[in-house]
Amino acid sequence: MTIADQVTGSTIAGTAEARPAGTKPRAAAPAITLPAIGERELRLDLFRGLALWLIFIDHLPPSLLTWFTIRNYGFSDATEIFIFISGYTAAFVYGRAMLESGVVIATARILRRVWQIYVAHVFLFTIFLAEISYVATRFENPLYTEEMGIMDFLKQPDVTIVQALLLRFRPVNMDVLPLYIVLMLALPLILWSMKWRPDVTLGLSVLLYAVTWEYDLYLSAYPNGFWAFNPFAWQLLFVFGAWCALGGARRMSRILSSRVTMWLAIAYLVASFYVTLTWYVPQLSQFMPKLIEQWMYPINKTDLDVLRFTHFLALAALTVRFLPRDWPGLKSPWLRPLILCGQHSLEIFCLGVFLAFAGHFILAEVSGGAAMHALISLSGVLIMWGVAWVISWYKRVADKSGAKTKNAVGNADLAGGG
Amino acid sequence: MKAKVLLSLILLCVAAPVARAGDAAPTAPPAPPSCELPAYLLTSESPLPKVAAAVKAGKPLEILVIGSRSTTIPSSENSSYPARMEAILKEKLPPPEVVHVSVEIQSKKTAEETASTFVKLMEAKTPTLVIWQTGTVDAIRASDPDEFRSAVTEGVAALQNAGADVVLMNLQYSPRTETMISAQPFLDNMRVVAQEHGVPLFDRFAIMRQWNDQGQFDLFSPSRGPELAKQVHDCLGRALAQFVFDAARLEPAQQQN
Repeated sequence: MTIADQVTGSTIAGTAEARPAGTKPRAAAPAITLPAIGERELRLDLFRGLALWLIFIDHLPPSLLTWFTIRNYGFSDATEIFIFISGYTAAFVYGRAMLESGVVIATARILRRVWQIYVAHVFLFTIFLAEISYVATRFENPLYTEEMGIMDFLKQPDVTIVQALLLRFRPVNMDVLPLYIVLMLALPLILWSMKWRPDVTLGLSVLLYAVTWEYDLYLSAYPNGFWAFNPFAWQLLFVFGAWCALGGARRMSRILSSRVTMWLAIAYLVASFYVTLTWYVPQLSQFMPKLIEQWMYPINKTDLDVLRFTHFLALAALTVRFLPRDWPGLKSPWLRPLILCGQHSLEIFCLGVFLAFAGHFILAEVSGGAAMHALISLSGVLIMWGVAWVISWYKRVADKSGAKTKNAVGNADLAGGG
Repeated sequence: MKAKVLLSLILLCVAAPVARAGDAAPTAPPAPPSCELPAYLLTSESPLPKVAAAVKAGKPLEILVIGSRSTTIPSSENSSYPARMEAILKEKLPPPEVVHVSVEIQSKKTAEETASTFVKLMEAKTPTLVIWQTGTVDAIRASDPDEFRSAVTEGVAALQNAGADVVLMNLQYSPRTETMISAQPFLDNMRVVAQEHGVPLFDRFAIMRQWNDQGQFDLFSPSRGPELAKQVHDCLGRALAQFVFDAARLEPAQQQN
């Protein structure tokens, strides 16, 4: 099929009305299309902000608030949202750079972004080291001598720290940034290929995903095991996000607006909600056909199970349908905190991981209990909001006088992530 | 496919004890209040036929606990849960019954490394019941959960082939290291193996979390003294004795006096 598209102004996910194919055919249209400059897609920011909050809450020990996170209502969770939107925004910003300034410049800018994410990861690792060292010296309960074996890596920092710098040693909850680094490293190739043939690129991505499942590709980790998020599988969401950003969403708009899609999505979400329900209300599981259970389990997060991916697609389809791009609520002050957080995703993501560490620490050192737990979750979210506000203040006011030309075309925040 | 059954089995496991909760026989001696647990944590659908047969025939009950460092309390062996379980079982069973518990510690060994020693171990000792406590070292080293599951499967098979009943025991609940050790995959996989092989699983993790959440023990305590460890092991020993007793469907000793 031909993938030549007309250059149109706005082509954000599913909102742009599909133009009749007959109007003004252009012979030499580029293979990809980009949205007009200056239009910020607030829905992306909103949902990325939401994903950041949910990731933070999921990283804390389980509490009442945990029940509000989407992983309890279906197969996929905030990670899918996060990676998809990151792919979308990254393609959006750097795709434009590639069209306007060429492959070399775009690649250079992507690599700078990769470096920022890498530094952020190392910074988080340092905080983790500080926490674990503190616990190692203070906590000598004889009940847990064995568990303190986790501190053994402190005995050979030469190996551990080097492995951490190589992204092979990752403490619990520090798996997303390494995945993001690898995906961003592949972005120049993805964009370059998308510029040529977006659909072929998406096809190759699906192929890599299938090969990963068939031949069990993985990246090994230190001291053993493998990456908790397999980049060979998770690239599918990232590339799909990029594909949507570069015109795919617009071309899909007819599918997205069809009633059949809507009902399929609703049916799938309801079914997966039911399955999730059986995890918490075991009595329900007797109504689950054994064959389906055997086929379905385990729902593999490491390799981005098809069920999870489909669940995300269904969620996204309904969101795009029922939350139009120009929904006035997006401008409402109530959603402002989420949108702000989504706009500075790398910083806020790192902050969230740090706050989760700190939250654990306070729960352990000061006091536990539901009230403390709720307080920590709430203040965490408020801190994320506050910091996001400060960062945007820097961008708006403090940095104005200095770098005038920097970030003239697109800005790193929009492509952020992490 | 192996693990496809994972969650469904977890559900079954959770559902089954709930259904059975009613018939957990209250037995002597009364546990101290701090050890209290809901009945579903102390019951299992899977039986222990060899233990039952040995007790019925009046043969001595040889129990082997294969564990790691969390099986013992440093410098207080007699307060560790195997010793406490032995004492409680002796009280529970009719007087002529001989109970002997031995302990095999394989510290810093993964399930795979431990399981590879089982054939030799079982030649040397011929226990009626093996309580295999594992998972912690694998969780610390972040082993591949699939490899962990096959190692536990092989270990259980080796123990069963050697003619023993098997009880699996999972990790300790350790809130202080929650951000550093990811226990969940190992808990899930042990549950699957237990279910697939009809082996009772003593859910040490859920039990200790129950105690912590209800405030019976403060497992966050950084105290260096052995007191907390002793109390927890005492309760674990009681719970384990009750669990074995119930899984083997044993009759409590008559309260003669």
